[in-house]
Amino acid sequence: MIKFIIKRLVALIPVLIGVSLLVFFILDLAPGDPAKTILGEQARPEDIAALREEMGLDDPFFVRYGRYMWDLVHGDLGTSYKTRDPVGEEVWARLPNTFKLAATSTIIAIILALPLGVIAAIKQNTLFDGVSMFISLLGISIPIFWFGLLLILLFSVTLGWFPVSGADQGLKSLVLPSLALGFQHMAAIARTTRSSMLEQIRQDYIRTVRAKGLPEGEVITKHALRNALIPTTTVIGLQMGGMLGGSVLTESVFAWPGIGRYMVQSIQGRDIPSVMGCIIIFAISFALINLLVDLIYGFIDPRIKAQYK
Amino acid sequence: MSNASATNGNAQVSVKKKSQIADTWKRLCRNKTAMLGLVIVILLVLIALLSPVVFDYDTEIIKTDYSNTLQWPSAEHPFGTDELGRDILKRTMYATTISLSIGVVTVIVALTLGLVLGASAGYFGGKTDMVIMRIMDIFLAIPGTLLAICIVASLGNSIPNLVIAQAIASTPTFARVVRGAVLTVRGADYVEAARAIGAKDATIIFHDVLPNSLAPIIVQTTLQVASVILSIAGLSFLGLGIPAPTPEWGAMLSAARSYIRDYSYMCMFPGCAIMITILALNLLGDGLRDALDPRLR
Amino acid sequence: MSENVKKEKDLTAEIKDLVVEFRTDYGTVQALNGMEIEIERGQTLGLVGETGAGKTTTGLSLLRLIPDPPGVIVSGSIKLDGKDILQMDEKEMQKLRGKAVAMIFQDPMTSLDPVMTVEDQIAEVIRLHEEGSKQDHLKRAREMLELVGIPGTRGSEYPHQFSGGMKQRVVIAMALACNPELLIADEPTTALDVTIQAQVLEMMKGLRDKYNTSMLMITHDLGIVAEICDKVSVVYAGRVIEHGTLEDIFENTRHPYTEGLFNSLPNLEDRQAQLKPIKGLMPDPSNLPKGCAFCPRCDYAMEICKTEKPKRVYRNETHYVECHLYNKDNIQEGKVGKR
Repeated sequence: MIKFIIKRLVALIPVLIGVSLLVFFILDLAPGDPAKTILGEQARPEDIAALREEMGLDDPFFVRYGRYMWDLVHGDLGTSYKTRDPVGEEVWARLPNTFKLAATSTIIAIILALPLGVIAAIKQNTLFDGVSMFISLLGISIPIFWFGLLLILLFSVTLGWFPVSGADQGLKSLVLPSLALGFQHMAAIARTTRSSMLEQIRQDYIRTVRAKGLPEGEVITKHALRNALIPTTTVIGLQMGGMLGGSVLTESVFAWPGIGRYMVQSIQGRDIPSVMGCIIIFAISFALINLLVDLIYGFIDPRIKAQYK
Repeated sequence: MSNASATNGNAQVSVKKKSQIADTWKRLCRNKTAMLGLVIVILLVLIALLSPVVFDYDTEIIKTDYSNTLQWPSAEHPFGTDELGRDILKRTMYATTISLSIGVVTVIVALTLGLVLGASAGYFGGKTDMVIMRIMDIFLAIPGTLLAICIVASLGNSIPNLVIAQAIASTPTFARVVRGAVLTVRGADYVEAARAIGAKDATIIFHDVLPNSLAPIIVQTTLQVASVILSIAGLSFLGLGIPAPTPEWGAMLSAARSYIRDYSYMCMFPGCAIMITILALNLLGDGLRDALDPRLR
Repeated sequence: MSENVKKEKDLTAEIKDLVVEFRTDYGTVQALNGMEIEIERGQTLGLVGETGAGKTTTGLSLLRLIPDPPGVIVSGSIKLDGKDILQMDEKEMQKLRGKAVAMIFQDPMTSLDPVMTVEDQIAEVIRLHEEGSKQDHLKRAREMLELVGIPGTRGSEYPHQFSGGMKQRVVIAMALACNPELLIADEPTTALDVTIQAQVLEMMKGLRDKYNTSMLMITHDLGIVAEICDKVSVVYAGRVIEHGTLEDIFENTRHPYTEGLFNSLPNLEDRQAQLKPIKGLMPDPSNLPKGCAFCPRCDYAMEICKTEKPKRVYRNETHYVECHLYNKDNIQEGKVGKR
């Protein structure tokens, strides 16, 4: 198992190198002179040239990329053009907030989605099935930022139960953002749970289990659901990408002080090193989450566990 | 001789195809929610086509009117007016044109790229497959929205840049779906048969393999249009999408957000428009999947 | 007269006049059409017929596991040990399943839960029906594995680590774990290699004799019937069309369909002999013919066959046939050609 994790972590390295190269390349296409951005439009040309020299901006692409990567493996994400602070510190300070938001909404989503999907599948074509699948469809169709605005309108502006924005009221601040982010997630998981449950309860082994005399409730939870969780886990994993993207929007709507909001602010300020740092952190998190999902697989599916050697 | 039998085979295949399409259509028609989705999509397409004809872009869509700002919905302005005095109904309708056309164009670009990459990867296998899919993996390692944000952040936000960004972000998904579909039919007897009578690779891919892997590709296309429209609205909401004053739902919501306390109507209509569009496309996509894959019902 | 005969019989299972329909959007399918079977204690009944004749539905009905929807039991009675299971509630039924009646399914590849160890799956059925601790159940599960020829230590493995034949042994171990009075075997060897088939069959036969289990052997293989069964019911379109002892059916074949089944078998002694498969296919079960269901495929069909359902004619106490060719007077002499 540990060997497998190490193997997977090693396999991540080329992917992350590819990702960083890609992102570095894309951001390198950005027009404008970073030295000018830092010193301002009125700066003297010789100062700009000196700063360009100091920052190594005139070096060839791969030299700059190599230097960036060298710093990156040493934990240095570069320096913000805007604040001249290390990007690493900025990102590090915001990471717990983003993590808190993502974790809460994932937990909310899973807790709501699994029973919803399972019951909808068992009661296929009933009113419950119809209503819960309609809600789920709404969930994947409603733009997350609009849903966030509606939540603010109802619960903050009209009812005044929760703060409109920010993270300074502890748990109270967390409620609306994680609802907004979790709802979409929940919808997708519930839909997959339902369809994989429907597939599982038609399998032969379910008939075998029923023929043993197992009560229907246990047939569903002990056998069908455990098997249905395999495709569901895949979807949860795949969703995490959308979740990270969604967290950028949610953080912006609720002014939640996380990495997503920091990234948007950096883009607006054309602060390329900060943008780069945020995307690298997102990509690493995404990769680690996927690894985690693969490990969870192993616990559910012995056929996959067998490959973890 | 072999030619004759091949033609004969093709004729049979095409007859089979036709009845398959008819069957699929029949199943789709029986699915009420899918039909609802289809009807809404058709309505949206009509709105998208007619808005540029009916409304004058310069005087009715983007012209500010400071004597008319922030009007609640009324008979004259059914959806009210925005902070610059523009009619929200007209802008919401005109935004349909923008969103749908960008969505469709983007998906066509992504689909084309994805078809070529995915089909070659799946069909040739081996090294080609490995190289293409590793590159796709790198793209997939960055969540789509973030990749698009990254591209727009670098290139600047204009409509062509948005299309490029979204197309690049969508291509790996298509490449994967196409590759998967191709792999499932690659070993099928009719492909072996085509190879046995000496058909060229490209002919086999486009004649025999792709038409038989259409189902998942069609479904993915429908769903991807929805996802691109949603993503563009998101980018515009962040101020990284379609630049002002072009009407776009996400951008309209972004403006409405500052007025949410006192002029909440502003954020209702563009949001509804996005939701209805995405809902309809999802309904249609789901319906298509069920119709194309009758095993599941 | 037949009433008296039945009184004397000790029946493990009895199905009478069972009508089962599958009601789908595409129409109603008549799966069982007045099905009748009797299984005497300690005996094995063979249920023979083509795919789609209603054999599996009959087996499932004994467990009351016909998928519902779309399956609906329209009328008839199903008795296990003299008790009508159609009157039971779901709880009572669960107590019977796996304990009084167990079933072995056709495809061992898909009939085990892929994410549970084999011993856990066997222990589950023991836990449901017997007292004892978890450890006892696991121990018994391993004993069952040994009984079907699998080392008990392999119990902690998962189904994907077993071959098809081994999986079927596991399924058999699971079915026999609680010593059921009736074992339903639905084509238990069809999905296996020929060499494995014989082994599995031999083993089942041994276990049946050891525990004196009554058995319903569902098959389309007359070889298996000859090997393992005491009596045979030939099923066509959801109905028994000929029933008798092995000798009745094999030596005194009466129904043209049964004859057709025999003629479809390759003859090893006379390799020159032509196979004579039954022409045509099973009738569409959602649109059965008005008269005899076999009429469209029958070489002996007469006018009456098209319009009237044949009545049951007894050749002796154990052997009956439903065919217009026969009446009380001519049933003793066979009408269908000899193989």
